[in-house]
Amino acid sequence: MSDLRGIIVSHAAVAQALVAAVAAITGIEGALTPVSNEGCGTEALAQRLSDAVGRGPAVLFVDLPGGSCFTSSARYAKQHADIAVVTGVNLAMLLDFVFHRDVTPDEAARRAMDAGSKAIRVTAA
Amino acid sequence: MTLALYRIDDRLIHGQVVVGWGHPLNVTFIVLVDDEVRSSDWEQDLYRMGVPPSIEVRFASVDEAARELSAWEADPRVGILLVGDIDTAVALAERAPQVRRFNVGGVHHRTGRTERLRFVYLSEDEARKLRALAARGVEVTAQDVPTARAVPVGEFT
Repeated sequence: MSDLRGIIVSHAAVAQALVAAVAAITGIEGALTPVSNEGCGTEALAQRLSDAVGRGPAVLFVDLPGGSCFTSSARYAKQHADIAVVTGVNLAMLLDFVFHRDVTPDEAARRAMDAGSKAIRVTAA
Repeated sequence: MTLALYRIDDRLIHGQVVVGWGHPLNVTFIVLVDDEVRSSDWEQDLYRMGVPPSIEVRFASVDEAARELSAWEADPRVGILLVGDIDTAVALAERAPQVRRFNVGGVHHRTGRTERLRFVYLSEDEARKLRALAARGVEVTAQDVPTARAVPVGEFT
């Protein structure tokens, strides 16, 4: 079951740029779909999410743990089975995700949190 | 200080409100006026997330807001009042004549609406309601972030 997909939900073009960066680094395409909230009210963003997810399962990678991207994603996950949400998306968690998609959405979201957190460091002077 | 901003925004609490307006205005409380959100603990938890602990979030129905408005206006702190649509703004202004202004911050595309500004789409009916609100003495302007120009109601309805 390597068909678990990732949807990146962000302000402006952050999601698009992250998808491009993952493709440039790994050569893997099609695992991630970008969704921007640009110009969207709640209904339009819900529609964009629905179009992007298609028939799940999927993990929604959201930029911030609050705001329109987050509220729409959390609402979507509540209304649909097989959808998990993780916030604070970064490149490290996406790179880990595209190579580990044979798990449930919940497992993938937890794994993403772990991989994403580990990438945040302050380098020694 | 007082309620520094009365805002119509269909995204309700989000980055432009908390960060864009919240920082420069030094906001320490947000009142979200929406009958639906008021009746759902789950929705309230959702909107509370992402708001820093230094900002208090209150939820009110239109009726509750009309009753509490004077107290919020008298609050020594600075706050923002949010509604999600034009009907709620009109309902509140009708019940609470203390409402002197509304900022249209985000009303997005939906069937039946046409583009008025990049962040404002209105049906004819909604445009008429905003003009009527302005005719009653409420200052209605459109402005997404504080650094943008406040567009007078006559320019986008």
